[in-house]
Amino acid sequence: MANIILTSLLSMGGLGLVLGGGLAIASKKLAVETDPRADAIVEALPGANCGACGYPGCSGLSKAIVEGKAPINACPVGGAKVAAKIAEIMGVSDTGSADDKKIARVLCQGDKSKAKNKSEYHGVMTCKAASMVNGGPKGCAFACIGFGDCVKVCPVNAITMGENGLPIIDEEKCTGCNLCVKTCPKMVIALTPGKNEVHVRCRATMKGKDTRAVCSIGCIACKQCEKVCPFDAIHVKDNVAVIDYDKCRNCMLCVEKCPTKSITAAFPTRKKAVIIEEKCIGCTLCAKSCPVNAITGEVKKVHVVNQELCIGCGICIEKCRKDAIKMVRETQEKCDSCEACAASK
Amino acid sequence: MAKELFFIIIGAVFVNNFVLSRFLGQCPFLGVSSKTETAVGMGMATTFVLTMTAVAAYFLQNYVLAPYGLEPFLQIVSFILVIASLVQLVEMVVLKISPALYNAFGIFLPLITTNCIVMGAALLIPMYKYNLIKSIALGLGAGLGFTLALVLMSGIREEMEFHDVPEALKGPAIVFITAGLLSMIFLGFTGLVPLG
Repeated sequence: MANIILTSLLSMGGLGLVLGGGLAIASKKLAVETDPRADAIVEALPGANCGACGYPGCSGLSKAIVEGKAPINACPVGGAKVAAKIAEIMGVSDTGSADDKKIARVLCQGDKSKAKNKSEYHGVMTCKAASMVNGGPKGCAFACIGFGDCVKVCPVNAITMGENGLPIIDEEKCTGCNLCVKTCPKMVIALTPGKNEVHVRCRATMKGKDTRAVCSIGCIACKQCEKVCPFDAIHVKDNVAVIDYDKCRNCMLCVEKCPTKSITAAFPTRKKAVIIEEKCIGCTLCAKSCPVNAITGEVKKVHVVNQELCIGCGICIEKCRKDAIKMVRETQEKCDSCEACAASK
Repeated sequence: MAKELFFIIIGAVFVNNFVLSRFLGQCPFLGVSSKTETAVGMGMATTFVLTMTAVAAYFLQNYVLAPYGLEPFLQIVSFILVIASLVQLVEMVVLKISPALYNAFGIFLPLITTNCIVMGAALLIPMYKYNLIKSIALGLGAGLGFTLALVLMSGIREEMEFHDVPEALKGPAIVFITAGLLSMIFLGFTGLVPLG
């Protein structure tokens, strides 16, 4: 009897000792070293753990950056400032610029006067609740309801509700966190590249005639934008024009053409081509390639860009073999003189 | 030998499915079966630990417990000890070798310590007097069977989300009924392979 007690004590004690010791050694040997840079990046990041970058929280992103899986400007909330800090930590030059920032934009212009209500709504004053009652009070099933769910959800107060019943997004304040996009029951807010100025502000997929019946500023799928686009960047899909943001060069031709004004752009930000006289050899390549015939000049003489006609598409820059053309922004600041700027401001 | 191993695995997966025929591991079966994605993760992690445990149980039984006559009263205690340590070790190793896998397993890995399928499989090995290879086959089969049950259940539960379940049966009630029906279906495999 005493023997059994002794053996069980010894064997179990030994087993416990071996396993415990083994685990202790293993935890030392297998300790995973964390990169000190990762900790530094976590400090630099906003720390909101919003997940807009696509990684689980800020620490997830910091790991990905250290491992080189994510670019240093992967944090859409922090923008250029945080990217610069991270670049310093990682010891690389700042590759991110503010232009890579994503901005939420309201893709609907159907305000109170343009998109009429089909019914009166008396109920809980949120877009979500209203959208559940027969698709919302607006006549257009795709229109912004305008009760401001997006205003409430925005963590940086970048969205305000305009008097005309459409939310206005402050592009400077917007961090591209995607919260409003997810909240909007009508899905009229979309995250768009900050560098793109041209947007189709309509998502109605009804036939042109039906859209016109409920809204005076909706896309009627006339395809005029498709025809005028020099870059094959805009296409009518499901009765609504959609811009391929990778292809669009902000030439704004479609905006000028659009009969219902459902495509908008901030015209003062339009770039203009300027020929550098010293470099131009008068090869006429640029003049031939210009889609709007804005460049004139004789062979072997310095060419001139007609600033009135130039749309800033940038084709001539690509064609020029002497780097003799540069782009300048007419005005750096947006103004309030036209509807497009006011809407984007 | 190959035929026997085949029978052991098929037996553990279908005929004597640990969840649906032996009724072990009901807690994770009901708890983690709401989404197929997590069900697969849990199933894989459990299969991994089960296979490792089968090896450990075999050695512990044949080199410690049986020779010293400690089997009758120390078997369960020592198996718990080994399983818990093993899971700890596996967690550390996985974190070191493959952080991706560690992230995929997530919380499931430590939870497996308390999964009674692991204990059940460990206790069956001395009962059937299996050798090392057969023990591994049993562990693997048990894990695959658990995964199968979990994935089947999660598929049904995902589908059930879209259906009109009577008010009184909503929640765990309908899940238990479904589990019972699944179990009855698995009774159909009885006699496919010889027991043991």
